[in-house]
Amino acid sequence: MTRRSLISIALVALALIATAFLMRLSPMAEGLSRQTDPALLCLTAMALLLTAPWRPRFAAVPTFAASALLTGAALLLLRDADISGAAGAGFWALVGAALVCAGATMTALSDLALTDPRARKLRDIAIPAVFGLMLVMLAELVIRGAGVPSVLLPAPSSVAWRFVHALPMLFEDLVQTFVKGVVIGFVIGNAAGFGAALLVQDRPFFRRGLLPMAGFISSLPIVGIAPIMVMWFGFDWPSKAAVVAIITFFPMFTNAVAGLSGASRIDMDLMHSYAASPSQRLAKLHIPAALPFVFNALKINSTLAFIGAIVAEFFGTPVVGMGFRISIEAARMSMDVVWAEILLAALVGTASYGCLVLLERKLTFWHASQRV
Amino acid sequence: MLDAATDRSRTAALSSPVIEARDVSLTYASADGDVHALSNINLSIAAGEFVSFIGPSGCGKTTFLRAVADLEHATGGDLRVNGLTPHDARMQRAYGYVFQAAALFPWRNIEDNIMLPLEIMGLDEDERRERARRNLELVNLTGFERKFPWQLSGGMQQRASIARALSFDPALLLMDEPFGALDEIVRDHLNEQLLQLWNRTGKTVLFVTHSIQEAVFLSSRIIVMSPRPGRIIDDIACDLPRDRGLDIRETPEFIALAQRVRSGLRAGHAYDE
Repeated sequence: MTRRSLISIALVALALIATAFLMRLSPMAEGLSRQTDPALLCLTAMALLLTAPWRPRFAAVPTFAASALLTGAALLLLRDADISGAAGAGFWALVGAALVCAGATMTALSDLALTDPRARKLRDIAIPAVFGLMLVMLAELVIRGAGVPSVLLPAPSSVAWRFVHALPMLFEDLVQTFVKGVVIGFVIGNAAGFGAALLVQDRPFFRRGLLPMAGFISSLPIVGIAPIMVMWFGFDWPSKAAVVAIITFFPMFTNAVAGLSGASRIDMDLMHSYAASPSQRLAKLHIPAALPFVFNALKINSTLAFIGAIVAEFFGTPVVGMGFRISIEAARMSMDVVWAEILLAALVGTASYGCLVLLERKLTFWHASQRV
Repeated sequence: MLDAATDRSRTAALSSPVIEARDVSLTYASADGDVHALSNINLSIAAGEFVSFIGPSGCGKTTFLRAVADLEHATGGDLRVNGLTPHDARMQRAYGYVFQAAALFPWRNIEDNIMLPLEIMGLDEDERRERARRNLELVNLTGFERKFPWQLSGGMQQRASIARALSFDPALLLMDEPFGALDEIVRDHLNEQLLQLWNRTGKTVLFVTHSIQEAVFLSSRIIVMSPRPGRIIDDIACDLPRDRGLDIRETPEFIALAQRVRSGLRAGHAYDE
């Protein structure tokens, strides 16, 4: 980042903070100068901002610190009942200043010329982390400052509080929905899809007959079969696992069929010239060649499976499970619990997707899309 | 070396031919009517010969090689490999085939690629490794065992594919324009190495090419072919000394042979278009 752009960014942030000192924080509360602790934090932030243009290479440090201090000041102000829920121009100017500082941090990080690969990796983690923090901070300040009703959108802090305090319940729901419904259904569905693809792969008759049908069935809104599965397999997790298995079957089937028949002519001639048996051809050529396709299907399925299991619980379930909790707590207007469940789903979903990506990298490192 | 060569030709004369084609023809049905890829091919190849097939595209040289390998099926006549049908010969792993592209599996490193046919043929682990080591040495790829095909140059990949074809020690080597995609310097180098390899091992080689220089340099016999229908128009014995170097290409004998091949191609209207 150039010194000039840093100076202009610092000036914008300083002007915003000055506004917070000059204007009223809310109709009931006067300017920042009357609030000792927040004012001190803001003054420190201003001082830090002034140091940023001095060493442009390290600008990320003072701007990030300033952003944190300004956020802290805003959070302190929100403890005041006069400001919380009725924030005015002064308060929003402060939020704006914090945003500008966070933006400057990210720009400074991405402009940094790094040669060390480890430092690059660290930077590649730091930028989205700062961005995520900024979003959470913005949500917290806007929701509490403007007094958004928690039924519409609870503040991140109250979701976090609920998350921590409801951990035992969340864990039970996770076991019910994820470990039993998603994982078991996912394994069954993908294994069946891959197995079916193996069965049809050198039988053109089956392939021509089944592929269009697979396309037809996979275009059905499969979640609609959830009530039928509840009729067949009862209220508990087996019916959810059945929905997940059906949802995941077709993406795996179609992808695996494509992958298993994707070996090149010359590779097949090679195996033919060795007089390889059908099972050797499968094990040494077709299955390895299909792996990139299989992993595509697994990644698509990992998201589909979670959605399927949660939605399937809306149609009948014992009194445990993430989908059950979401529907029941939404009806009781306890949106913080609903959001805590969504947060849990996001965390677990991301983690399982990440595991698949790691496994993919390990097994299909040779594929053009994975080579470094 | 010379003794070994005369020895080999003596046994070759005594034993039955490796390839025996009698009136072999091969016709494809296509949208524009039948294509006569091969028509009345009569050919007998003895053990230890290095036979090049040369001709313009569409003359059936690759088709003939694929028919020998049981990758295509002759529609007429009789084709024998080691006295067997191509299918039975393939089931006995009679030949190693080197394709136009290296066709190495990207998920296997070079050593594992060389060991692929050995795994299929059920050799034990120690034997597989030993043979991979020996054949990589033969094609000057020692030290590249752990590399993956996509980390190697085109010439190295093709050398690895030759090592793979040699790994199970077939007496017959079928090579379909193996160096066609390589630049001339690499090609010269690999030609020299191939010649040395042939001298050392005494294998029978069927080599498809469209380079006159390559054909004359490598072969003990050159079959000139012509398209529509694919047929043999000349069968040239190439009696240059066996341990020839690249310099031989400047000698009058070499040039005379190259001219005979070229005039054969011209007679077959290879330069029509």
